[in-house]
Amino acid sequence: MATIEQQGAAAGRPGGSFGDRLSMRTKRLLWVWGFLALPILFYTVIRFYPTAQAFWLSFTNWDLLRPAKFIGIANYAKLFKDPQFWKVFKNTFTYLIVGTPISLVVAFTIAFYLDRVRFMHGFIRALYFLPYLTTAAAMAWVWRWFYQPPPIGVINDVFGMIGIPQQPFIRSVDQALYSIMVTAIWAGLGFQIIIFMAGLRAIPTTFYEAARIDGLGEWAILRKITLPLLKPTTVFLVVFSSIGFLRIFDQVYNMTTNDPGGPLGSTKPLVLMIYQTAFNSYAMGYAAAQTVVLFTILLIVSLLQLWILREKK
Amino acid sequence: MRKATLLAGLVAGFSTFAFNAAQAVEIEYWQYVFETRVKAMDQLIAEFQKANPDITVKQVTFPYADYQTRVIAANMAGNGPDVLQLFYGWLDKFAAGGLLQPLPTDAFPHDKIESEFFPIVSAMKRGDDYYGLPTAVRSLALFYNKKLFTEAGLDPNNPPKTLDEYVAAAEKIAKHDASGNLTVAGSTLDMGGQDHQWWREVLIRQFGGTPYTDNDTKVAYDSEAGIKALKFYTSLQLEKKIGAAGFMDEGQAAFRGGKAGMTIDGTFRLGAFGSIKDFEWGVTELPANNEGVRSNYASYFANGISAKTTGEELEASKKFLAYLTSPEAMAIWLKTVGELPARRAAALTEANLKDPIYGPFLKGLEYAHTTLFLDEAAQRQNAIDMANRVLLEGQSVEDSIKQAAEAEQEIIDAAKP
Repeated sequence: MATIEQQGAAAGRPGGSFGDRLSMRTKRLLWVWGFLALPILFYTVIRFYPTAQAFWLSFTNWDLLRPAKFIGIANYAKLFKDPQFWKVFKNTFTYLIVGTPISLVVAFTIAFYLDRVRFMHGFIRALYFLPYLTTAAAMAWVWRWFYQPPPIGVINDVFGMIGIPQQPFIRSVDQALYSIMVTAIWAGLGFQIIIFMAGLRAIPTTFYEAARIDGLGEWAILRKITLPLLKPTTVFLVVFSSIGFLRIFDQVYNMTTNDPGGPLGSTKPLVLMIYQTAFNSYAMGYAAAQTVVLFTILLIVSLLQLWILREKK
Repeated sequence: MRKATLLAGLVAGFSTFAFNAAQAVEIEYWQYVFETRVKAMDQLIAEFQKANPDITVKQVTFPYADYQTRVIAANMAGNGPDVLQLFYGWLDKFAAGGLLQPLPTDAFPHDKIESEFFPIVSAMKRGDDYYGLPTAVRSLALFYNKKLFTEAGLDPNNPPKTLDEYVAAAEKIAKHDASGNLTVAGSTLDMGGQDHQWWREVLIRQFGGTPYTDNDTKVAYDSEAGIKALKFYTSLQLEKKIGAAGFMDEGQAAFRGGKAGMTIDGTFRLGAFGSIKDFEWGVTELPANNEGVRSNYASYFANGISAKTTGEELEASKKFLAYLTSPEAMAIWLKTVGELPARRAAALTEANLKDPIYGPFLKGLEYAHTTLFLDEAAQRQNAIDMANRVLLEGQSVEDSIKQAAEAEQEIIDAAKP
């Protein structure tokens, strides 16, 4: 506000011309839009324009080298016939449907109990948060070595000591996806715990006191008070975590660099397929069609979740 | 008076400036970042500029993962390099995209190229034109750990010469723990490494087939030979248990860590293995089959001239490329990078052939094949998947070969320019 008034004063000085004829309201609007125009312009150039361009490219056969030629829906037709795409589609949704609930339940449980811990509370919280600060690539490589078969894999060494049969983990078509998912859940846990704890703290303690006086058990308090009042936090985290799992890339790529998305494509998410189509095969048009599909999925999933978890009035 | 001096100074200044501009031609050279390659190139540029003081060469490098994209993007923007390094397997893409110009025949006559270089440079020829020439080439050989050989009661100075000897030696070296887990591999199995080249260009031929026909555009390994070659390869893990895919993450890591008796790898691995301190290792030719048939896979990065380079820059680029492919440059490259000279005369010297390390690689060059990949990444992935279907999913070798051949034919057809 101060800025606007000052500007008014400056423009009002002798010699100020154009500004004098505008009303205060118009001037304020001009200023507001002046500031807003910057991020809008920025977004238009680096976000909206490329997005629109990607939609257009998805109807062409552009390969970076030759001029793009319009080929109609051929890329989409090819995509829906490609068994690899459906496998990748299934993988992506496995990451989403299994990963999101597990990570939220684990994060909530930890946050719920951590909230009550007083002993070294800050330190424990920091420990949970630490993985979130670590570079995904570095973390993925550490886990990749954990998962190795004998004689170098730590997890298999421990299994050997306590008499559990050795597991192939990321060398198995059945276990690889879940092995990678565990690392992704672990990596995102710290963030979710912090958000859940903030949500828990925001619930007024008077509600709990009243409930206890009325003789409600712990389980009932959790169900009737904590969870309903935590809903805005939960909605945020569900959407946030879903988008994260739909876009999973770093963990998968770094844990399977020798055979990206393997073995046999069993861990490959959509984003990795897009990356390979675009930057290994240089089929930019085909890759653009895949990004449009990913965009649509992200949009539908996000809208659906917002609708399901909406505030019922 | 003062004015006159000033004017004279200005005139003099301008004229030297103009003189310099007319004399110095600057050309740009692009390659990817790899420490020894960049260092070798710095040295080559210094030598070249000493001999050609009127030409300046500017070296520009990019990380390998970005390199192709950068070249292509720069070409679109119209500010690419004059001379650039490219993998032979990218030629179809680059030539189709109009990135390269045919090597001028006045500076690079065909008969000279064909008589002086190893025959694998024909992979840079399209139609009647060559689009690039390599400084150095790379081939495969069998690396073996002398310490593990001695421990297993094998003669460390007499490495396996045939596939049977190779399997026998690997069986002696391989160790398993009580529950059957591999603890020391006889030989590494890593399709994602160089094994797919070994299978494609060496094993298939040794079992009596050819991997492709029609200039590598028709898949031909869906045959008796292809099946036998894949059976041999997968049996190394499934029946003979001399190694396991994914053992110690990567084949080269297992060998470096002293946990593998043998590994098949290329000249480019010499640098990494050179720093091994825990054991002595040796190199020998890839094993022959029982009839003595040998084969090898050779590849190289070539240097080409951009299609956009003309006039003075083109003349300078021709001179620079001629220097890069001279015996002198090849000697420097061999010393610094460890890659083999692409000219027969520079490569097959007595000293090189006697060299215990370079010798086996050089012998391999004589009978090497070079696959004309159309989509290298996808074709490699296809071979990895083919082996994994047998190793992990228990698919029969026959079915896996059939599926791989069909998939690869599709990849090739889709990538054809």
